Amino acid sequence: MVDVAFRGELGHPSWLAGGEGAVQVSTNGHRQAARRIAYPARYSALGLLRRGLTHANWPPAWRAHPLKGSYDVVIVGGGVHGLAAAYYLAANHGITDVAVLEKGYLGSGGSGRNTAILRSNYLTPEGVRFYDRSIQLYRRLAADLDFNVMFSQRGHLTLAHSDSSLRTMRWRAEVNKAQGVDSEVIGPAEIKRLAPFLDVSADARYPVLGALWHPPGGIIRHDAVVWGYARGADALGVHLHQNTEVTGIDVAEGRVRGVRTSRGDIATRVVLNATAGWSSLISGMAGVAMPVQTFPLQAAVTEPVKPFLSTVIVSGTLHVYISQTDRGELVFGASVDPFTSYSMRGSLEFIEGLAGHVLELMPALTKVRVVRQWAGLCDMTPDFSPVMGHTPVDGFLVDVGWGTYGFKAGPVSGEAMAQCIASGQAPEIIAAFGLERFTEGLLVGEKGAAAVGH
Amino acid sequence: MILLPCVWCGPRDASEFQHVGETNARPDPAAATPVQWRGYLYLRGNPCGWTTETWYHRMGCRRYFKAERHTETNEVRAVYPGGRR
Repeated sequence: MVDVAFRGELGHPSWLAGGEGAVQVSTNGHRQAARRIAYPARYSALGLLRRGLTHANWPPAWRAHPLKGSYDVVIVGGGVHGLAAAYYLAANHGITDVAVLEKGYLGSGGSGRNTAILRSNYLTPEGVRFYDRSIQLYRRLAADLDFNVMFSQRGHLTLAHSDSSLRTMRWRAEVNKAQGVDSEVIGPAEIKRLAPFLDVSADARYPVLGALWHPPGGIIRHDAVVWGYARGADALGVHLHQNTEVTGIDVAEGRVRGVRTSRGDIATRVVLNATAGWSSLISGMAGVAMPVQTFPLQAAVTEPVKPFLSTVIVSGTLHVYISQTDRGELVFGASVDPFTSYSMRGSLEFIEGLAGHVLELMPALTKVRVVRQWAGLCDMTPDFSPVMGHTPVDGFLVDVGWGTYGFKAGPVSGEAMAQCIASGQAPEIIAAFGLERFTEGLLVGEKGAAAVGH
Repeated sequence: MILLPCVWCGPRDASEFQHVGETNARPDPAAATPVQWRGYLYLRGNPCGWTTETWYHRMGCRRYFKAERHTETNEVRAVYPGGRR
């Protein structure tokens, strides 16, 4: 078993002792040399044709393993954050004795319930840099993982219906430009050109005064991201344990000793909590109080219609965001429910309000039918920024507080948390998001860019 | 959504109310350390199960009350008068 470094204990973990070549992350976080992954089968057009003709079965994308008694690193939560952290631990740092524990099936939480919108047009420089790194990783994710994640950078419009929100858009555009992120404020005529079905007339209930136009934004297939990371992590030796619920975390003398699960106990010295809506329950097991409250967030999807909407449309005033998938369905999302809950039941009230708001924006959709609605759990923080890095319990790390914006941050969070675990220090890109900011009063206020607009 | 039994008005749709949420004891501002004060501001129990929380009947009697609600099933087992804090 490899010794894992803790803050204040070892200067460097032993797997860094092999020299410079052991670390494949440069100071700016870019991977220098990706490890060639030994997949059971690489996916290709030729392979698809061959299997189609011969009706051969695909090998499973990842394997099931018996639960070992000990792991170097245990990651709680088999969503995009947990799986990405496992993947980058193995791919960038060579740490492969890793278990990912998931109480349901992989991607059964927020990773499979979000509206799959990606963007980096945030309000604070810390936020913009962070989410922009995620977009960069998403752009080459399909090639990295040999898995089609269907990333479509179709552009993202955040509508402004009031002078004050237009001011916030200008502010965001300037912060974005200063960080090298493509964003600009455009007027109704330009909006109409980008989204012809949008009602930009002056007599609308909430007239559209302008919009923040963010060309790098877009949508992706969220299940494919989860499966791609799972397959990549599995091929590198990570153990993925589904239907394995964490029931307790053993802490002695301020340090993590192990994890208890519904399938047996695991001895480990590093635990990463990547459980989104359930994060305060897992942190509570380690005795770490969290500044989060869990709210359900509902979303809905319509029957497929002809492609007519080529951008992502967001309206903070109307609490709605709309995109059209490659299959033609319209995906709608909203703001969180008005009270805390761990319930994932949908409500009629939500769908009524949502439909009304969608029709305010696109009156032509009156006959389109909603076929499905669902809810996911969001762990909201007071400043709408995540909580990442070390905690007062040695060996217990968090990647939580992901509220309504966690999916788009999956790759960069996984990369940063992997680096955090491997080096024992929070990398610069997440330094602003530490748990200690709440006791030091150094909040990273993102409400203006994260509260509704996704 | 859910029906919430207001202490004074009886069962009403939850959309009539404002969820004030979990309230924790306010430390003495003069004596509290910054860490204690920020803990009071930001840290929450956020339990999955029974919780006691404050609601405000915004579109009804406009009074505050306490409710014992199960956060996973949204069942309410008790309501009683109670101030904002």
